[in-house]
Amino acid sequence: MKYLDEYRDGDVAQKIVGEMRRIQTRPWVLMEVCGGQTHSIVKNGIDHLIPEGVELVHGPGCPVCVTPLEMIDKAHAIARRPNVIFCSFGDMLRVPGSEGDLFTIKSLGGDVRVVYSPLDCLKIARANPSKQVVFFAIGFETTAPANAMLAWQAHEQQVTNLSLLVSHVLVPPALEAILQADDNRVQGFLGPGHVCAVMGYREYEPISARYQVPIVVTGFEPIDILHGTLMTLQQLEEDRAVVENQYSRVLGPDGNGAAQKLVNRVFEVTDRKWRGIGMIPMSGFQLRDEFARQDAEKLFDVAEIATLEPEICISGQILRGIKKPHDCPAFGTLCTPQRPLGATMVSAEGACAAYYAYGRHLQPGKPLHQIASAETLGVPAGRGD
Amino acid sequence: MATKMVTKSAAVFGSCPLPIFDHQQIVLGHGSGGKLTADLIDQVFLPAFKNPILNKLDDQAVVTVGSSRLAFTTDSFVVTPIFFPGGDIGRLAVHGTVNDLAMSGARPLYLSAAFILEEGLAVDDLRRVVESMRAAAAEADVQFVTGDTKVVNRGKGDQVFITTTGIGVVEDGVNISADRARAGDQIILSGYIGDHGMAIMSQRENLEFEGAIVSDCASLHGLVASMLSTPSSRGKEFIHCLRDPTRGGAATTLNEIAKRSSVGMLLREQSIPVRESVRGACELLGLDPLYVANEGKLLAIVAPEMAPAVLRQMQQHPLGADAAIIGEVVTDHPGMVLMKTQIGGTRVLDVMFGEQLPRIC
Repeated sequence: MKYLDEYRDGDVAQKIVGEMRRIQTRPWVLMEVCGGQTHSIVKNGIDHLIPEGVELVHGPGCPVCVTPLEMIDKAHAIARRPNVIFCSFGDMLRVPGSEGDLFTIKSLGGDVRVVYSPLDCLKIARANPSKQVVFFAIGFETTAPANAMLAWQAHEQQVTNLSLLVSHVLVPPALEAILQADDNRVQGFLGPGHVCAVMGYREYEPISARYQVPIVVTGFEPIDILHGTLMTLQQLEEDRAVVENQYSRVLGPDGNGAAQKLVNRVFEVTDRKWRGIGMIPMSGFQLRDEFARQDAEKLFDVAEIATLEPEICISGQILRGIKKPHDCPAFGTLCTPQRPLGATMVSAEGACAAYYAYGRHLQPGKPLHQIASAETLGVPAGRGD
Repeated sequence: MATKMVTKSAAVFGSCPLPIFDHQQIVLGHGSGGKLTADLIDQVFLPAFKNPILNKLDDQAVVTVGSSRLAFTTDSFVVTPIFFPGGDIGRLAVHGTVNDLAMSGARPLYLSAAFILEEGLAVDDLRRVVESMRAAAAEADVQFVTGDTKVVNRGKGDQVFITTTGIGVVEDGVNISADRARAGDQIILSGYIGDHGMAIMSQRENLEFEGAIVSDCASLHGLVASMLSTPSSRGKEFIHCLRDPTRGGAATTLNEIAKRSSVGMLLREQSIPVRESVRGACELLGLDPLYVANEGKLLAIVAPEMAPAVLRQMQQHPLGADAAIIGEVVTDHPGMVLMKTQIGGTRVLDVMFGEQLPRIC
């Protein structure tokens, strides 16, 4: 497929990996920030292609994962109400709260609908004037413009039966929280391509300078990720620490001005709790007071719901790059996508769910390239061993 | 609530990780053909009904009656919308059951049809469905020989549900079952995957893709007969397993065979035929074509020395023109399906857990 296959070329991949081997002098720990990147890494086996001393740890950029359990409980409390049509992106439906998931609520008669665009909710609200339509507005800066557009249009068009349950988070404060921790291992970041397509990457420059850490804004295809890894490696080996842009075919330094303007018009920055990590100051969006009539948290009186996470879960350490999914004794046994115990197993983009989906629980401790009888098909094994 | 959750996790932790069957109600994922469906079969149906024929869990039972080997199967159809690009629920109800018979190598003979109609269904819509069932049955050279009709209150059904049951006859010497895959066997896919699932999804969700995606629904017994007629000096046992990868897609089907035969499988991503339009739609929605339903494709596990000839035979049949060898059966990692990715990495293909869900971003 055009514009995709070029970024999945095995020969190009081998060249990039060869260059990594050539320049690497010591082990490095890099973090890919986005869940989409994690998914692509595990799906394509990129972590088994790159040189042994380059470790990829998986970052906090999975919007469904970091949505706090109590916010999910609030969503479920609203979705259970008889007069509500609860709209959500698809992958939120399977995320369990304290009592079941949205699928369960649907099976018990709740009106739960998957939407592909937040603006679909406007149509649903108009078609069902006697119902309250609530959209679960979660995500990073990537989904903020579309969600802001929904609040804006509902407000401007005075659609009175439509509101948003907002749980928006921001990437830069999370990176700072990771870098500030005493046990931090991350030496360089593959920056979040889609987030930067909206926001640009200027706000990452002070972080890179302050913590002396390379940040390379990176795309999502295998070659993007390998290229971003190589660029980060080059900076580390040359003792440089700046923001660079691997994903220049999609974004520039300033991002999408029109989208930013709309987001700032509708949302304001607030403290947010991150599932698995905890409270990070000024790390999310909430609706401005002017949009109080679109704020489901206020309309439905669910602000008091508070829930704690199961203690066994190490997703906080996974989201900060301290541990890997298979370091957890519950991974793949007690904790599965059917019955997730914590943040990183709940969404397909979470590191634990990605490891599970691509079978990393089936042969723990044994690298895939060894069990894959890689030579059988005449394809060289990832590492030169 | 919080205390309860923590205690619950701590209590089970460290104990034997028994299969957990958490659902107190049926959810849609139980019908997806993935892990939840398998749980339901293992934990609810098999304990009640188990017997040596059922326990094989093939898509059809092959039973011996007198001197004949009969293939016997049943399937219910609940698709929304009932008319979709490339077919409708009626065509599907014929092809689905004919294909389940065909996957044992059987020649399909007779079908039954049971209709559950929702009050308010337009009789013209029912006529359209029945007409396409007639046409599909004529194409497949099978006859409807018995049937039943029930009507439920408005809101208690979704226009029309159809259950078809079929019987066919299995020729002597044909021995096809999901437990017969052996190391070295070649894995052949009969054509492009994901067409049906994406056609339904684009229609259901009002997604408009450039270049319409059309369901592949078709009866496969002609293709199977052609495969079985591949000239061979050693009878007809060279086709070890046949499955049509419907719900759960090709990945789930291959996992079932790998587990039943206690063998591993190794696929090459680059050899798997996926249409550009289907790939594009899947990329957009964050779905994986390997887990998307098909209604006119088959996967064959074939003895290595016969695989090239069977492939050529398939490619001469209209339903197998795009057939390809996509991988092979291996002794390593029994029960697991692995795939060499386009980029040269390795990935495990597990069974689908529940419904595939479009990703957020």
